[in-house]
Amino acid sequence: MIQTPPSADRLAEISFWFKAAEVSAFPENGGACVKYQDQQIAVFHFAKRNEWYASQNLCPHKQQMILARGLIGDQCGEPKVACPFHKKTFSLLTGENLNGECYHIETYPVKIEDGYVYIGMRE
Amino acid sequence: MSSLVAQPQRIVVIGNGMVGYKFCEKLVAKAQPSTIQITVFGEEPRPAYDRVHLSAYFSGTSAEELTMAPVEWYAENNINLHLGELVTSIDAATQTVTTHKGESISYDKLILATGSSAFVPPINGVEKEGVFVYRTIEDLDAMLEYAPKARTAAVIGGGLLGLEAAKAAVDMGLTTHVIEFASRLMPRQLDEAGSEMLKRKLESLGISIHLNKSTTAIIGETGVEKMLFADGSELEVDMIIVSAGIKPRDELAIKAGLAVGPRGGILVNDALQTSDANIYAIGESALHGGMIYGLVAPGYDMADTVVTNLLGGEKTFKGFDMSTKLKLIGVDVASFGDAFASPATSRSIVFEDKAKGIYKRINISEDGKYLVGGILVGDAGNYNMLLQTVQNKIILPQDPEDLILGSRGGAAESAGAGVMSLPDEALICSCENVSKGDICSTITDGTCTDVAGIKKCTKAGTGCGGCVPMVNDLLNATLKQMGKEVKKVLCEHFDYSRQELLDIVKVNNIRSYDELLHNHGRGDGCEVCKPAVASIMASTWNELILKQATIQDTNDRYLANIQKGGTYSVVPRIAGGEITPEKLIVIGQVAAKYSLYTKITGGQRIDMFGARIDQLPDIWEELINAGFESGHAYGKSLRTVKSCVGSTWCRYGLHDSVGFAIRVEERYRGLRSPHKLKGGVSGCVRECAEAQSKDFGIIATEKGWNLYICGNGGAKPQHAQLFATDLDTETCIKYLDRFLMFYIKTAEPLNRTATWLNKMEGGMEYLRQVIVEDSLGICDDLDREMEFMVNTYACEWKEVVNNPELRQRFQHFINTPEPDPSIRFKPERGQKVPVI
Repeated sequence: MIQTPPSADRLAEISFWFKAAEVSAFPENGGACVKYQDQQIAVFHFAKRNEWYASQNLCPHKQQMILARGLIGDQCGEPKVACPFHKKTFSLLTGENLNGECYHIETYPVKIEDGYVYIGMRE
Repeated sequence: MSSLVAQPQRIVVIGNGMVGYKFCEKLVAKAQPSTIQITVFGEEPRPAYDRVHLSAYFSGTSAEELTMAPVEWYAENNINLHLGELVTSIDAATQTVTTHKGESISYDKLILATGSSAFVPPINGVEKEGVFVYRTIEDLDAMLEYAPKARTAAVIGGGLLGLEAAKAAVDMGLTTHVIEFASRLMPRQLDEAGSEMLKRKLESLGISIHLNKSTTAIIGETGVEKMLFADGSELEVDMIIVSAGIKPRDELAIKAGLAVGPRGGILVNDALQTSDANIYAIGESALHGGMIYGLVAPGYDMADTVVTNLLGGEKTFKGFDMSTKLKLIGVDVASFGDAFASPATSRSIVFEDKAKGIYKRINISEDGKYLVGGILVGDAGNYNMLLQTVQNKIILPQDPEDLILGSRGGAAESAGAGVMSLPDEALICSCENVSKGDICSTITDGTCTDVAGIKKCTKAGTGCGGCVPMVNDLLNATLKQMGKEVKKVLCEHFDYSRQELLDIVKVNNIRSYDELLHNHGRGDGCEVCKPAVASIMASTWNELILKQATIQDTNDRYLANIQKGGTYSVVPRIAGGEITPEKLIVIGQVAAKYSLYTKITGGQRIDMFGARIDQLPDIWEELINAGFESGHAYGKSLRTVKSCVGSTWCRYGLHDSVGFAIRVEERYRGLRSPHKLKGGVSGCVRECAEAQSKDFGIIATEKGWNLYICGNGGAKPQHAQLFATDLDTETCIKYLDRFLMFYIKTAEPLNRTATWLNKMEGGMEYLRQVIVEDSLGICDDLDREMEFMVNTYACEWKEVVNNPELRQRFQHFINTPEPDPSIRFKPERGQKVPVI
C-alpha cells in the first residue's frame, strides 16, 4: 500500500524502501525526523486524510535541520509543512515553496506495511 | 533526419545583475526549452542579487536573502552560468566572445547587461585607504571591515544613491556627513523646498549635510584623514564613500567597435539593438533616446522588450517614466511624472508642515483637468494613487488639493473607491508590467483570494514592492464589488475571527483542535490556525498544552525557545527579578554541567542557550528540584514583571515594588494570550522598572498605585497610557484581571495590547467604561474566568519531567537516540555560540 501516490517515473527511480520505524512511533498530524545513513528525513502523518509524506529535514531558507518540527496542514488541499524558523511553507507533493520564493525541497514516497513506515530511497 | 531538427538559438548574456537575471527569467518563462540555449557570464562571485535593497545588508539581511535566485535555479532552467568570469572581448564578425580564462563561445544573439560602475571623480587622494564606492556586496564587506577603525564618514554625493550610502554609514554607527556639489539634495528628484525639508529631517537624525561643496583633495598619511573643499573649508573624516553617480559599463562595447554616446552608454534603438543587429544592450549600460536609466523598472521593461523580439514578437521600448518612491533613512521621498513642471504650463499646489517634516507638491495642467507630476517628502502614502492619476490621465476632482490634504468633509471618495476608478490598463506594478486588469481578473475568476496569491500568479509586487499596498486595496475593493464580505477570518480553514472561534470553543465545550476543525472548519489546518486555536483553548481551559503537541508552534511544542542551529534556550521564572544566591548558584551549576551559553535577558532573568532537544527534560529536572519553575519565555503568555528595588532598600521608594511585581507575576504566570505579555512595577515616579513600556505598568504614588496599560517596546514602541490613578492594591489587581481577560477574549491573533487598543473603537475611554463601569455587563464573567486561570495553573515543565511518555518525545530522531549531528559550536568570549 503506497500512501503518497508518486508518479510512475518517481516510482521507477526508487532503488529500495528504507524501513524507518513503527507507525506508532510517529505523532499524528505532525512530523518526526528519521536518520538514514548521513541523511535526515522528515516524515509527516496526516491522520485525518490517512496520508504520509516525507521530505528533507533541512529548510533551504536558512539551512536549518528543522522541518520535522514544523506545523503541517494544507493550502487549498495541497499538503504542506511550515518551517518553524520563519514560516516558509513547502508543498509536500512537489517540494515547491508556496510563498512564491525560489526554494525547493526534496520529497520522498512513503508506504506503510505491517505496521511499519517505509521511505522510498533513490541512489 | 537530424538536419530537419532546428538548432536551438544560442543566446549569450554578459552581466548577471538584476536586469541580466530578469532577462533570463522572462526568457525561460516564455520560450520553448528546446529552442534556446542560454549562457550567462557574471564577473561577481555570486549570482544576481537585489541591489535596490543593498542597504538592508547593513541592518542584518544576508547576501542569500538578497539573491534573486539561487545557483540551482539556473541549473534547473538549463542556463549555463559562469560566475567570477569576465568577458574580455567580443568579435562581432565571427559572433564569439572570449573570457579572461581564455574560453571562447559562439552566439547567435548577444545581450549586454553589463550595468554600471560607480563614477569616481578625479579628486587628489581618492586612491587612499578608507575611500570606498557603494555598489556591490564586496564593496559593503570591505566597508564593514574598515568601519570599526573609523568614527566619522563622509559620503560624496547627495543623490539617491548617496543617501542610501549615508544610511549604511549610520547603520555602521558612524558620525555621518553628506557632501553635495549642487545646491540641494536629490537634485534630479526634488525641488528646493522638498530638498530643504528632507535636509531638515536628515539633520534631525544626526546626519550633517553640506551643500554647494566641491571636494578638491583627500589628505592623509596612508589612510583618509581630511577632505579639502573648493571654498577653502575642510572636514576631518576617517572614511569616505563615493556615490557621485554611475558610469555605464561600455568598455567591452567600445572595444568591439559598437557605437556609444559622447558621454558613455551603448547606443540602442527602440528594439534595444546596438549598432550590430545581433547584439542588444539592456539596463544601465544602454543609452536610449539620450537617456541612461538608473532604475530597475525600465531595465526590466528593456529585458521584456528583447525577450519578446527574440521570440518573434514585436515590442519597442519607448522610454520610461522616472517616477520613484523610496524610504531614505526612514523618510518617505517620492517624485513622479513631471516633478518640476514650469509655471508657464502648469500650476502647483504646495502643502508644507515644517513641524512634522512633510512637503507635498502637485503640478496641475493649465486647464486644471489633469495631474502632471509632483513631489512628496515625509509622507508618500498617496504616491501610488497620484502616479496612476498622472499615467492614466484621470480627470481631477473639483478640489484637487484633496489629493494631498485628504478630504475635509464633502463627498470625496475613499481610498478603495479611488483604486477602482482606474481604467483596466492602468499599470499597477511597473517592475513586472502588471496592469489593474491583470490583477482584478485573477480575483474575479476565483484564482486568487489574497495578496500572496496575486503575487504568485501575476508577479505584481515582487520587484521593488512599492505597489503592494495598492494591490491590497484592489483586492479588498474587488472582493467587496463581488459581494464578498471582507471579514477578518482566521485563515482558509475557518470562516471565523479569533473572537468568534473563542466563543464557539467555550459555548460548545470543545477541547480539541481536531473536533473544532471537524465541526466548524475544513481541510487540514495550517501554521496560522493551529497555534491560534491552541492559544484559545489554553486561555479557555488551561489544560496541559502538550496534550495537543502538534498544533503548537515549535517553541510551545518543546517548551523552550528555538535558536539558530536548532538548539533551544532555557529560562526559569525569576519573578520580579528577585533571586537567592543559592538559586543563582544552581543556575551556574546547571549551565556549566550542560555547557550552556548564559546571558541576562531584557526582562531581569537568566537565559541559558545551546541545549539540545534531548537535554531539555534533564536540565529542567535539575532546575525543578532546586525550586525553579517554567518561565514561559517560549509562550505567547506572561513573560516577566520587571521591578525596581522599591521601598525596602531605595531611599526614594514609596511602596514595595518588588513584592507587588512578584505577586502579579505569580498571579498571571502561564496565562496564554494572543501575544506575549510583559509587565513592570516601579516604586516611585523615577520609573526605574520602565513600566510604561510594558503591556501593563504599575507605578507607586503617595496614595497607592497608578496603572498604565497597552504599551510595548519592540519594533514599534508605544508608551502605555494612564488607565487609573491612586488605586489600592486589590483594585489594581481587579482592573488588571479584567483588562487581561478582555484582551485575551477579543484581540486578533498575534496582536499585542497596544495594537489591540489602537484598533478599538472608542479607545481608552471605551476600555475604561468596560472595565471600571462594567458598561457591557461582563465584569463578573471576566473576574470568574481569570480566577479559574489562576487556580488551575500548573508548571508544565514539572508535568513533563514527571511523565516518562512525554519525556520520550524530546529527541531529535525517532529511530535512534543519537543527537542531531549537524549541531556545531565555536567559542566566543569564553562561552560557546552556534556555528551556522
